[in-house]
Amino acid sequence: MNIERRGFFKVLSVGAVAAGGLSTALARTKKSLPPNAVGILYDATLCIGCKACEVGCKTFNNMPIENTTVENDFGVQGIWDSGQDLNSKTLNKIKAYRHGSGTQRNSAENGYSFVKRACMHCIDPDCVSACPVTALSKDPNTGIVKYDKDACIGCRYCQIACPYNIPKFEYDKAIPEIVKCEMCSHVLAEGGIPGCCDYCPTGASLFGSVDELIAEGHRRINLKSGQEYSFPVSALNSGERTTRPAATYVDYIYGEDESGGTQYLLLSAVPFEKLGLPKLSNKTAASTSEMLQHSVYKGLIAPIALLGGLLFAAHKTSKQHHAVEEGGQYE
Amino acid sequence: MAKLIKPDQESSIGRFHSKELELRGVSRRDFIKFCTAITATMGLPFSAAAKVADTITSTQRTPIIWLHFQECTGCTETLLRATHPTVEDLILDMISLDYSETLMAGAGHQAEAARDASIKANAGKFILVVEGSIPTKNDGIYCKVGGKTALEIVAEIAPQAAAAVAIGSCASWGGVQSASPNPTGAKGLHEITDVLPIINLPGCPASPYNLLSTVLYYLTLKKLPDLDSKGRPNFAYGRLIHDNCERRPHFDAGRFANQFGDDGHRLGYCLYKLGCKGPETYANCPSIQFGDTNSWPVNGGHPCYGCTEKGIAFTKPQFEQANVLSVTPPQTFPGIVDEKSGGITPGAAAVAGALAGAALGAGAMMTKKMHEADKEANSDQANS
Repeated sequence: MNIERRGFFKVLSVGAVAAGGLSTALARTKKSLPPNAVGILYDATLCIGCKACEVGCKTFNNMPIENTTVENDFGVQGIWDSGQDLNSKTLNKIKAYRHGSGTQRNSAENGYSFVKRACMHCIDPDCVSACPVTALSKDPNTGIVKYDKDACIGCRYCQIACPYNIPKFEYDKAIPEIVKCEMCSHVLAEGGIPGCCDYCPTGASLFGSVDELIAEGHRRINLKSGQEYSFPVSALNSGERTTRPAATYVDYIYGEDESGGTQYLLLSAVPFEKLGLPKLSNKTAASTSEMLQHSVYKGLIAPIALLGGLLFAAHKTSKQHHAVEEGGQYE
Repeated sequence: MAKLIKPDQESSIGRFHSKELELRGVSRRDFIKFCTAITATMGLPFSAAAKVADTITSTQRTPIIWLHFQECTGCTETLLRATHPTVEDLILDMISLDYSETLMAGAGHQAEAARDASIKANAGKFILVVEGSIPTKNDGIYCKVGGKTALEIVAEIAPQAAAAVAIGSCASWGGVQSASPNPTGAKGLHEITDVLPIINLPGCPASPYNLLSTVLYYLTLKKLPDLDSKGRPNFAYGRLIHDNCERRPHFDAGRFANQFGDDGHRLGYCLYKLGCKGPETYANCPSIQFGDTNSWPVNGGHPCYGCTEKGIAFTKPQFEQANVLSVTPPQTFPGIVDEKSGGITPGAAAVAGALAGAALGAGAMMTKKMHEADKEANSDQANS
């Protein structure tokens, strides 16, 4: 096919203009919280690293004990220890930041701090957007990002899409599933609270409605360093409280804006990037990709325009071809 | 334990003392058991037990001047009740307690005169034991013995003593009297004087075995034990209660008593949520328990209240949760960055880069050659 370079670009630009003209009109709005959104506020300044949350998580979700390196290396079993990171057997993980002498609690310099990693339950989850079969879905009421193993085809797009590296895949199983925190929704259905919050002795993992948790977070940030404050334990409305002096908080709630906002929120005295939490824009990758795709394919206008252009070009070329054949001259 | 001292070594204990022990209703076996236990408390090898036994039965008795200031006498009372009474008697006989307001028979000016006489006779050799805090406000008028303030008594006696033992939290760091608002300006001994070595044995009351061990350590080895930064013997105050607590497995498993008397409390779960100060308190209570009770507060279901630590006991609210000191991230916590999936190493990147470069170069060369071959073919065609 002898298509001129010039002609090709002409056709291409027609399609691009068609798509571009629509894109601005179809810009995707930021998603808002579901009506009864529940979440977890993790306050790293309260965390004592006891890992009770990990035990609570395993208990409530009936998760298997992991084989730790100690167990593998020495051929023993039942070690009271946990693995190094989130995996298909572990839904939440306490990690530790340490700097220098590591003696000052809640200090970035010569200090240490813990951080709990688990599913962030994004308001606009990239994993849900990437999932081709809606095996991952966001509960329209509570906002919990849930997983349906019967729908899952095992493509693991969610793993690539998630900016926090949360969904894990059971590589060691014949019929694998994706494993991630579902905020103990089976317990919530019975009026309980998530295992990590239930087990946490200090109130570092706190369950509640997202709006109230954000308000509580800002209340804490506004506390003076060392000011006595009565911290709720387990859940905002549990009635259980413990009083202790407040730390010097970073003036920011991680998750309030990150990738369009999350329902798992974090407070800390150590800068969040040092705790391994990625710096993200307040726009999700899902909103960008969906905007592009939905714009391009909206009403199939752009594809039809592109097809029309191509057909026109083909027609024109074949006409020229015929003319040449009839004229008996070769260019 | 009984086999530790062989029959032919009996002379090292001495006939007279063996008889004395029997007179007091203590069998030789019990005595050696006691010596071995106290040796273990001091952190010395079992072989040192014989030396301890020697020291205890020695006829050289170290004079002790025991002063009471602002306190409840709980430490003395505990000491009296701590051991089998007969052995305790023996210890007191061994150390020649020359002045103790609680235990001495004499009183008034007579007693004061006896104290002065002992100090004069044993200048530079006696051990000063102080029980109770020393008031400093308004020239220390809040505590007087024989018309002298505690400050004056310490200033007078301390320079003449060989060493001092501050027994109990009051003498060690001020104790309950130093709690806010501290109306008497109560202070510990080491804050008042620095003219002599001071061993702090905090506790409310102090564990009697820590005193016995310290005294015997000094008498046996003729030196003071290793002290921590707060002047406490390392053998007794070197370890965190939390790390040796019998309830620790419950802490690690996330099992906590939420209220006094709830199911968790009855099942012996961890008392952290009830304000246990074990995670920030250094003492040997979990190891040796308290006195001869075969128990200690946490064993009995009450959270530790940190009696050995200044700034915790009588300062922090009883039910406020403790700072956990021993979790300063050790190896057991994963770091922020997962090392397993830590991206590519510079070496791997260099190899990959070299390969990619080679491929690119090869591609470029191939294209060029094809182009040339094409040209040649075209020219051949034109020539033919």
